[in-house]
Amino acid sequence: MQARSFDYVRPATMAQALKVLREEGSRAKVLAGGQSLIPVLKLRLAEPKLLVDIGRIPGLAFIEERRDGLRIGAMTRHRDLGLSKLVRDKYTLLSDAAASLGDPQVRNLGTIGGSLAHADPASDWGTALLAFETDLVVRGQQGTRAISIDKFFKDTFTTALRPSELLIEIRIPKAERTDGGAYLKLKRKTGDFATVGVAVQLGLDEKGTVAGVRIGLAAMGPTPMRAKKAEEILVGRRAGPTAFAEAAKVAAEEARPASDLRGSAEFKRAMVEVYARRALETATKRAGR
Amino acid sequence: MTTKRGKARRATRAPAKENGGHVITVTVNGTKYVRTVEPRVLLVDFIRDELRLTGTHVGCDTSHCGACTVLADGHAVKSCTMLAVQADGAEVTTIEALAPKGRLHPLQEAFKEHHGLQCGYCTPGVVLAALELLQVENAPTEEAIRTAISGNICRCTGYVNIVRAISAAGDMMRPGRK
Repeated sequence: MQARSFDYVRPATMAQALKVLREEGSRAKVLAGGQSLIPVLKLRLAEPKLLVDIGRIPGLAFIEERRDGLRIGAMTRHRDLGLSKLVRDKYTLLSDAAASLGDPQVRNLGTIGGSLAHADPASDWGTALLAFETDLVVRGQQGTRAISIDKFFKDTFTTALRPSELLIEIRIPKAERTDGGAYLKLKRKTGDFATVGVAVQLGLDEKGTVAGVRIGLAAMGPTPMRAKKAEEILVGRRAGPTAFAEAAKVAAEEARPASDLRGSAEFKRAMVEVYARRALETATKRAGR
Repeated sequence: MTTKRGKARRATRAPAKENGGHVITVTVNGTKYVRTVEPRVLLVDFIRDELRLTGTHVGCDTSHCGACTVLADGHAVKSCTMLAVQADGAEVTTIEALAPKGRLHPLQEAFKEHHGLQCGYCTPGVVLAALELLQVENAPTEEAIRTAISGNICRCTGYVNIVRAISAAGDMMRPGRK
């Protein structure tokens, strides 16, 4: 299969990349790791005139913790997120997502920023990051702005990014020792998109009560979504089987799955309930380790 | 930087343009090639059609099967899902590098010994995915082996003998052996 012809530039700096994006507008498409974009081009689902390869711009691949939280460069590969001890120890649900995503070859090239900008409804990263109060830092010619993950996904393959902007960094508030998270994914095989994916990040107080929780769902609508009603049920409740069963049931009701090759809507809804309950249990076990 | 992908070594300037193509420099199996390519040319087509190294196979051509797996700067990648221009400045390893003078690599010996292949179509990709693993871990667990080749599909033998072969190759490659 061959993509329709396009031109290619590889800016050496962010300033150069932003200049090209401003001049070319929607004619251009940003190439990060290419693991979503190249298949899309080969299938001719998109036919940009120009690819702007940001793969050699220095300083876009990093994982570091600051006082206020975790910062991940947009060009950080899935593989490196999966290998990070910092991520595994304190932001474990991101390790879960990194390990369940794609396959080894995809994880070696694909990037977290590319995956987010692609905005697949089954996006593992989109779902995982919805479980945190994530900010996405984007830069344009006018400067830098932060977009809340809650406002980032507009529709399938559509985000709040303007054509002239570049996603450069992902910021996650600092996880406390009493926080825990998990991302659980049901997939038919390695490399397939999620049939069902549930991300849970919760914080417990000293009595074992849920102080705060966010739940993300993959492949349950046009974009990754939050199970807000399930979150509301949990806050202030004792972390345990009764509250979890109730919340999982509500999460399944909130989900809007479509019947497709990966299963009927009814099956997926039933699996959301199972996976939400298990993710809540695992997140709780990990909290306060 | 927490990553160690050797990107700093790679060329950061954009490839020069020539007649609508881009001049790229790619080191494949230790040999440096300078070629002019159209941006849409996939790495696998560059390797097969331009360099005539046909050991790298095109299976599904949709990023699913892993038959086209090569190493780029030491990491397994699907060469059908990478543009040749992206490989500018990279070091690529294909299956041809494993038996340069006809002497089989331990992985190839082990695949032969343990019947790790039948038709052989998926084998170059599986071997390179396994090589990435064995380069960092020469006594991998079965689980680690299965994860390492989880992006590669075999439609003949199943995976049991492939896993055995990779494990045996690890034994052969361990320092102090052979």
